[in-house]
Amino acid sequence: MPATSVAGHNTDALIVLSGDCGGIVVMPKLNLNRVEMPRQDPIARGKNFNEVALGYTPEMAAEEAERCIQCPKRPCVEGCPVSVNIPEFIKALREGDMPEAVRMLKSKNSLPGICGRVCPQESQCEEVCTLAKRDAPIAIGRLERYVADWEQENKQAVESPTSDQPEPTGKKVAIIGSGPAGLTAAADLVKLGHSVTIFEALHVAGGVLMYGIPEFRLPKAIVQGEVQYVTTLGAELVLDAVIGKIDTVDELLANGYDAVFLGTGAGLPMFMNLPGENLCGIYSANEFLTRTNLMKAYLYPEYDTPLGMGNRVAVIGGGNVAMDSARCALRLGAKAVYIIYRRSEVEMPARREEVENAMEEGIIFKFLTNPTGFLGDGRGWVSAMECIEMELGEPDDSGRRRPIPKPGSEFVIKVDTVVVALGTTPNPLIASTTEGLETTRWGTVVADEETGKTVKDRVWAGGDIVTGAATVISAMGAGRKAAADIDKFLRSN
Amino acid sequence: MYKILSREDLAPNIHQFEIEAPSIARKAQPGQFIIIMVDEKGERIPLTIADWNRENGSIFLVFNVVGQTTNKLAAVQVGESIMSLSGPMGLPAEIDKFGTVVTVTSGYSVVTIVPVVQALKEMGNRVISIMRAPTMDSVFGQEHLGAMSDELIVTIGDNSCNGEPNFVTEPLEKLLKAEQIDRVITVGPVCVMKLVASVTRPHEVKTIASLNPIMVDGTGMCGCCRVSVGGKTMFACVDGPEFDAHEVDWPSLMARRCTYASNERGWSQYRCLDCAQW
Ligand SMILES: Cc1cc2nc3c(=O)[nH]c(=O)nc-3n(C[C@H](O)[C@H](O)[C@H](O)COP(=O)(O)OP(=O)(O)OC[C@H]3O[C@@H](n4cnc5c(N)ncnc54)[C@H](O)[C@@H]3O)c2cc1C
Ligand SMILES: Cc1cc2nc3c(=O)[nH]c(=O)nc-3n(C[C@H](O)[C@H](O)[C@H](O)COP(=O)(O)OP(=O)(O)OC[C@H]3O[C@@H](n4cnc5c(N)ncnc54)[C@H](O)[C@@H]3O)c2cc1C
Ligand code: SF4
Ligand code: SF4
Ligand code: FES
Repeated sequence: MPATSVAGHNTDALIVLSGDCGGIVVMPKLNLNRVEMPRQDPIARGKNFNEVALGYTPEMAAEEAERCIQCPKRPCVEGCPVSVNIPEFIKALREGDMPEAVRMLKSKNSLPGICGRVCPQESQCEEVCTLAKRDAPIAIGRLERYVADWEQENKQAVESPTSDQPEPTGKKVAIIGSGPAGLTAAADLVKLGHSVTIFEALHVAGGVLMYGIPEFRLPKAIVQGEVQYVTTLGAELVLDAVIGKIDTVDELLANGYDAVFLGTGAGLPMFMNLPGENLCGIYSANEFLTRTNLMKAYLYPEYDTPLGMGNRVAVIGGGNVAMDSARCALRLGAKAVYIIYRRSEVEMPARREEVENAMEEGIIFKFLTNPTGFLGDGRGWVSAMECIEMELGEPDDSGRRRPIPKPGSEFVIKVDTVVVALGTTPNPLIASTTEGLETTRWGTVVADEETGKTVKDRVWAGGDIVTGAATVISAMGAGRKAAADIDKFLRSN
Repeated sequence: MYKILSREDLAPNIHQFEIEAPSIARKAQPGQFIIIMVDEKGERIPLTIADWNRENGSIFLVFNVVGQTTNKLAAVQVGESIMSLSGPMGLPAEIDKFGTVVTVTSGYSVVTIVPVVQALKEMGNRVISIMRAPTMDSVFGQEHLGAMSDELIVTIGDNSCNGEPNFVTEPLEKLLKAEQIDRVITVGPVCVMKLVASVTRPHEVKTIASLNPIMVDGTGMCGCCRVSVGGKTMFACVDGPEFDAHEVDWPSLMARRCTYASNERGWSQYRCLDCAQW
């Protein structure tokens, strides 16, 4: 096992285990403070789309759970946007009462298998864990994933959530969009006895969880398991339904729906308006990831959707979307993959764990670099990217130091594929086809932070459509708050 | 699932399907399209809504078999279903009282232009339609288009788009010289639309082309369909598909349409690459 080739790691700190996944598993030497999760070997995983993090064994989970000191003040709960009962679920896990651990977790978080995998824990629950002040915080996300995966495998052991049927209220709610915001709102509302229909524009439900986040980070079977959970609760799912194109929100309200929740996300890609941006081989991250994940271009030609990709790929941006694009490019066979980011490593908004994974896999990071244009090969394809070096100046509105171009530092790098991962804004379709919604200059829909209520009668909104591109857990939290307020409204009318 | 209610083979490799899709039929407007996916492993491709029947809750599609997806689609029989159909996508065609309008179509668009012609007629326009088919036996759609139009000109030419005699540009040029034409609308292969634009430009006649870049979602989410129009980047699926033909960056559209030309599994009929125009 060529441990020396694992970039960014002190090879002394690696021990090698042979995993039951069939390949070799590398795992950092047992940290006295935190049980590491086994992962696929970086070299092997750079060639497949299987999940990178392999999950805790029962022993590992027990050992990690043992470390929790059960703080009476529960600071970790404050750090979680949906206030998961963290000490309680860890306690149940520790005591070997898995069904209770599941119930504790699911009473606050209906998608734990997803959050355990993709939440930016380091800036949420784990950041404020008491142990973080001294050593490493409890690996809350990993324990959460362990409990959720246990539930998937032992479904019958946990009492079915549908066992006590709610009293039907006779009220109808339309949920637009089946991302984490929509799914959460739908689940909560059916549980309260309302009749719920989810309208989804694409041919599969799940939103970014299906088309954006790749299989190796979030297996699609897990997402579909959660979607199925919501439909078995009784929510109706209508696919291929672009609201605004078929019925509009106003038509839904006029034709029998008592309330509407907008959870349509922020799906519109931003480009930089640089010269040469429309050359072949230049993709928005949305297109690159949609072809790869949703349409399964990584299984081409078994699946019909192709992805034209060359050997030298540059991904522009420093968030989760950029990391995912770069790591997909690697897995699709690129020889060299660059992340081009205009600030420095510390300002990168991506989850820390994924940045480390990307570095380990051999993605080349070019910090303090900004593209200024694209050059073609004379036949319409991109062949090189012009860049300029940046330096950090005074902090800007976001509190991060503003990058400014260094005069005379221009250079050209040869690339044949470029992925632009600079963020997204809400699709204007809903706002432009709905009377009386208020939007901001970024195209987000204005809604009350606590209730999700928009200025329009009987319409609520939550998730990325309100906040702009954010996180899975914040979208879920917004879906939950809106569901509670919709329920209150429906019961008082 | 969306059931095929009837099918008709219009010409070799050109098929017309009637498909059950009530929510789309209810809203369809001339010039709009749908995104279709035949099965779970399929690709999402755009096809124009050639006609619709709001009472029956059905839409009509006419497609040319050119590659993997259209081959798969052609194999679906009446009574069978396809997996996914979404729309109506895109902005409806711009319909107004323009005066005399000339439409120029080739291939599937000879049929898909009909709702546009009908709407133009209802607004009181005089409509002259020019259509093209590569050979005598591949002529189809002429009766319907002819019945809708004030005048129909059929041109027959081989597959080369180099402006041969009898190519659509000949009669178009004649019309432009002979009388006042207020607007030209063209739909078809990129090379045809590009030539039409070059013929009308010196006459300063407003010319609309319905662009056909590669698409994925059709809702503005991926940016795959972006086209450069008047120096600005537009998404054809939401800002179009109709654009001012004199402002379109044709070489860029041609190149982008061929992004997967070398990937695809054989079958190529009208691929812009074949005309080697760029
Ligand atoms: C590549 C990538 C990686 C990410 N990684 C992470 C991560 O590691 N951790 C994390 O916490 N967050 C991550 N995020 C962000 C997170 O996925 C989003 O914040 C979250 O999915 C937002 O949820 P949502 O429900 O608001 O919208 P979405 O997930 O965007 O779902 C919206 C749904 O609405 C549908 N829709 C849109 N318009 C219409 C319409 N008119 N009619 C019907 N349906 C419509 C869309 O098709 C979509 O399915 C990532 C995002 C991306 C793109
Ligand atoms: C708005 C719009 C309306 C259209 N309407 C019709 C119609 O009514 N009838 C019809 O026959 N064709 C229509 N087309 C073209 C049709 O979408 C392509 O012929 C079809 O996608 C080819 O798919 P394929 O897999 O069979 O062929 P492929 O072998 O994949 O491709 C053949 C050629 O078609 C183009 N193409 C490939 N994939 C796509 C895609 N996803 N989107 C667009 N073009 C693609 C490429 O230039 C390629 O070189 C329309 C295109 C657009 C954008
Ligand atoms: S949902 Fe996310 S933030 Fe909350 S406890 Fe779980 S991992 Fe932490
Ligand atoms: S703060 Fe950390 S140690 Fe304390 S209860 Fe929460 S997870 Fe356990
Ligand atoms: S097809 Fe994806 S944005 Fe137009």
